[in-house]
Amino acid sequence: MNHENPLVVAFRDTAFEMTFNLSNILMLFVTSLIVFLIAFFATRNLKVKPTGLQNIMEWIMDFVKGIIKNNMDWKTGGQFHILGITLLMFIFVANVLGLPFSITWDHVLWWKSPTADPVITMTLAVMVVVLTHFYSIKLLGFKAYGKSYIKPIPFLAPLKVIEEFANTLTLGLRLYGNIYAGEILIGLLASLGATGALGFAGALLPALAWQGFSIFIGGIQAFIFVMLTMVYMAHKINTDH
Amino acid sequence: MFLDTFVLLSANADKGFFDRLNTGDIIAQLGFFLILMLLLKKFAWGPLMGMMDQRAELIANEIDSAEKSRLESHKLLEEQRSLLKEAREDSQSIVENARKQGEAQRQELMTAARAEVGRMKEAATLEIATEKEKAVAAVREEFVSLSILAASKVLGKEISEEDNRALIEETILKAGEGR
Repeated sequence: MNHENPLVVAFRDTAFEMTFNLSNILMLFVTSLIVFLIAFFATRNLKVKPTGLQNIMEWIMDFVKGIIKNNMDWKTGGQFHILGITLLMFIFVANVLGLPFSITWDHVLWWKSPTADPVITMTLAVMVVVLTHFYSIKLLGFKAYGKSYIKPIPFLAPLKVIEEFANTLTLGLRLYGNIYAGEILIGLLASLGATGALGFAGALLPALAWQGFSIFIGGIQAFIFVMLTMVYMAHKINTDH
Repeated sequence: MFLDTFVLLSANADKGFFDRLNTGDIIAQLGFFLILMLLLKKFAWGPLMGMMDQRAELIANEIDSAEKSRLESHKLLEEQRSLLKEAREDSQSIVENARKQGEAQRQELMTAARAEVGRMKEAATLEIATEKEKAVAAVREEFVSLSILAASKVLGKEISEEDNRALIEETILKAGEGR
């Protein structure tokens, strides 16, 4: 525990000065690569009568389509289909990447779930919320978008503004909290297992159970993230709400 | 970690904000996600969606054509049924006609045969009558001659043949009436 992060500061002392957590970059890259490879190889040899991996991909597509259809009408919701599928697969893969092992090198943590870092999850959350505002303006017009803050009663406008920030925070931190907690518990069980034969025997079953449960949590959290994305989106682009 | 950032931010006020916040991670995350989404759209989701649309279209077409062929077969079935009915009626009428014709022919033959028989019977009767007449005439002639012969023998004298004959015939007729 208490591992260092491989921080690197780029463009020091310029206007573009920024800090990179190299393990995040690595894991984001790995996640993207895995998602891409799965999707890429599952969609080779597409057939009208699907076989093998194509079935799984189509199931995922229909699943996300179902989520969107629950929240809005498919004519407007169709444009978020690709966003939804990519989010779902990206977050799920990111969640489960930290499960099998974590790799530290020289007390620096390299391999973990990228979603166990609040910066990453908050970035995703902010991206989603900004997209909801963007599509609200794009589909309803600026005037209707502005009016949505004083509906149903004008004096609730401050609450409406707070709601946006609350949405963003809960969306990002829920994902982070679930995955980070899972990683900590796995780390604790792993260090217990490393204490000796007795510790290993004691840690084996809980570790197995928790890893299985974490896969479930990873899937559920990915689903919840996409679900809430579509809920917020529907809330923003539907005038009748 | 996130809260630490803020705590440390106040503690290390001399350190820059972007020093503490992983702005690089944020940008990298956005970049990765965007690139991933675009690549997937091009290489995976796009083709897959196209295939699913194609399948939906195919299924719709199949349903349409199935409906069409169902209607067509229904029509053909009706047609066949009516043809069959017609054929049955035709055959029935043919049989009926044949029977009627046969009956008529039989009747005709029967009538013809009966008429022939009647005719033949009549002819036979007529012939018998003629023959009888002839025979009676012959017998009568013979009888007359014999009578004359007998009478002449009895009387021994010759009476005029003419008178005799008239006399005898009268007698015979009288005898015939008396009988």
